[in-house]
Amino acid sequence: MTALLAQWQGLSIRRRFGWLTIGFILLLGLWLTFRRFFIGLGDVTNLTDEFPWGFWIAFDVIGGVALAAGGFTLCFLVYIFGYQRYHSIVRPTVLTAFLGYILVAVGLMYDLGKYFNIWHPIIMWNPHSVMFEVAWCVILYLTVLFLEFLPVVLEKFNLKTPLRMMQKMTIPIVLMGVILSTLHQSSLGSVFLIVPNKLHQLWYTPILPLLFFLSAVMVGPAMVILESMLSARMFHRGLETPILADLSRFMQVALIVYAAIKIQDLFVRGVVDDLFTGSYESFHFMGEMLLLFGAFVILAFRKLRVKPAWLFTAATLVGLGVVYNRMNVAWIGMLRGTGSYYMPAWTELATSLFLITAGIVAFFVIVKYFPVFPELEEEKNHA
Amino acid sequence: MDGPYSILLDFTLCIGCGACETACQEEHGLPSDPPEDRLDYRNYTVVLKKDNQYYRKMCMHCIDPTCVSVCPVAALEKQESGPVVYHPEKCIGCRYCMMACPFQIPTYEWHKPIPVIRKCVMCNERVAAGRETACAWVCPVGACRFGSREKLLAIAKRRIRNFPDRYVDYIYGEKEVGGASVLMLSGIPFEDLGFRMDLGEQALPELTWTVMSKIPNIVITGGILLGGITWIIHRRMDIERENFEAIDRHIEQQKQLTEAEKEAK
Repeated sequence: MTALLAQWQGLSIRRRFGWLTIGFILLLGLWLTFRRFFIGLGDVTNLTDEFPWGFWIAFDVIGGVALAAGGFTLCFLVYIFGYQRYHSIVRPTVLTAFLGYILVAVGLMYDLGKYFNIWHPIIMWNPHSVMFEVAWCVILYLTVLFLEFLPVVLEKFNLKTPLRMMQKMTIPIVLMGVILSTLHQSSLGSVFLIVPNKLHQLWYTPILPLLFFLSAVMVGPAMVILESMLSARMFHRGLETPILADLSRFMQVALIVYAAIKIQDLFVRGVVDDLFTGSYESFHFMGEMLLLFGAFVILAFRKLRVKPAWLFTAATLVGLGVVYNRMNVAWIGMLRGTGSYYMPAWTELATSLFLITAGIVAFFVIVKYFPVFPELEEEKNHA
Repeated sequence: MDGPYSILLDFTLCIGCGACETACQEEHGLPSDPPEDRLDYRNYTVVLKKDNQYYRKMCMHCIDPTCVSVCPVAALEKQESGPVVYHPEKCIGCRYCMMACPFQIPTYEWHKPIPVIRKCVMCNERVAAGRETACAWVCPVGACRFGSREKLLAIAKRRIRNFPDRYVDYIYGEKEVGGASVLMLSGIPFEDLGFRMDLGEQALPELTWTVMSKIPNIVITGGILLGGITWIIHRRMDIERENFEAIDRHIEQQKQLTEAEKEAK
């Protein structure tokens, strides 16, 4: 206790403030968790019978899965396409994807009315349901991510034989991860195929699964860039700017493909005029596209994308653009069609903030105790 | 009577006595103080009034129900005799049924720590025992009739034909999203009663099934394709590495040779 106190007194004012904020968010989150599970969903959410899916589904689950796409895109590039130069950022990326998916699963538990039945899809099948596919993808991909991260744990405890076995399994595991991610990312778009009369026509399209998949491929590198830059800052380690700037070119290609198909789809379905009606849907659709356009402009200039600050901005814009898109599909675009009004309660937002904070804390704790960043390890050994 | 069964609601006959509501509450053990203007977790049906006409809201018991197709654990089930029933013990509470239902019928126990979905089950136990639904059985004026869908549809068509002034020329539920087991007749347009007329005649589950049915193919083709790409690329990387090693060896040999020659000189 005295040791902790001494450590606390050694911290700068800024760090003290940071820790107090985190502590406050975590305590508040625990209180809200108690209310959610012991009083009910109605106590902490603004959900209604007309609008049964709110912020937790739109942001924590559907947005969260998209943001965890860094794992499969980077593993695809490194292990399948053999881009060895990205190898140094594979581990932190896989860890982020793993923690991201755990957060998604936990967020889903908050939203499920009978969360203790979450395992039911394993034995009670309905292959007609997209949600059934989603459930299986989450279960299997969490397993794959665990296996992808396992070598780090084995290394930590110096278990050589299982480590060698795992290394032989790398390629099949990565292949499974890529296929499962493809299915899972696209299936979250398929979830909305069933509501042609509720989702606004700017977003409702038969190619929703394709658009969800393509935007996940686009946001994957963005997340890798963001989290590499942030952790570089936190751990005072060298920044891999050339590698990241290089990676941003994949992001640019994915962005162009995604935007081209999305815009072409508006023409094919003949709903382009809807963009200029001044409705709030058109406003939000424009917003989502503008964020991506901003990223496109930055990435188009070599001078800009090699500068960390601009690269960071571009990746942030792509991340926000994709989250905005998921919110539009699951929330904004559903309001008019369901004839209802929904605005998340502050308790819903605070619960999401709590989960994200817990996830970030977990990331730093794991990085501190496990060999996630190879060069950090070397420093430790030298010291 | 032959199944599959249906319910025919003739709003022009309804006198708004609310006997169907009361019978429903009793039949399903629901609270005696349900809301009077909407559906929620306390009732399966509600009688409402628009202008001078009463009308009812309840589950349509679709022939190809959206809720049944979206439920990940098959907690909702369409019975051959007509009713769409709910198995709360299977339910995980994802509320996809509520989100997907084109008629926005299922409701939820938002105030409970362990909530379940609530909706009309067309008195499936009574129907299985060869009886009518409670609401049809109790209706004093025949505004709610229970019977085979075929016969009720014929009755509805005959009524519209014989009394064109009394009815709007539309049977709600005949074709909506592929047809429903609840059919409705009205004297004022259905859209004025808040019923959606833009749902189309296609059963919604087909929209997702076109994608879902392709998944095994995607997995197999994708797996083979990705596996093949991986093998080719890694094979080429290995060959490249071997070539480099061979070149290195060659250079090393040349060096040794020249050094040997030098020494020999």
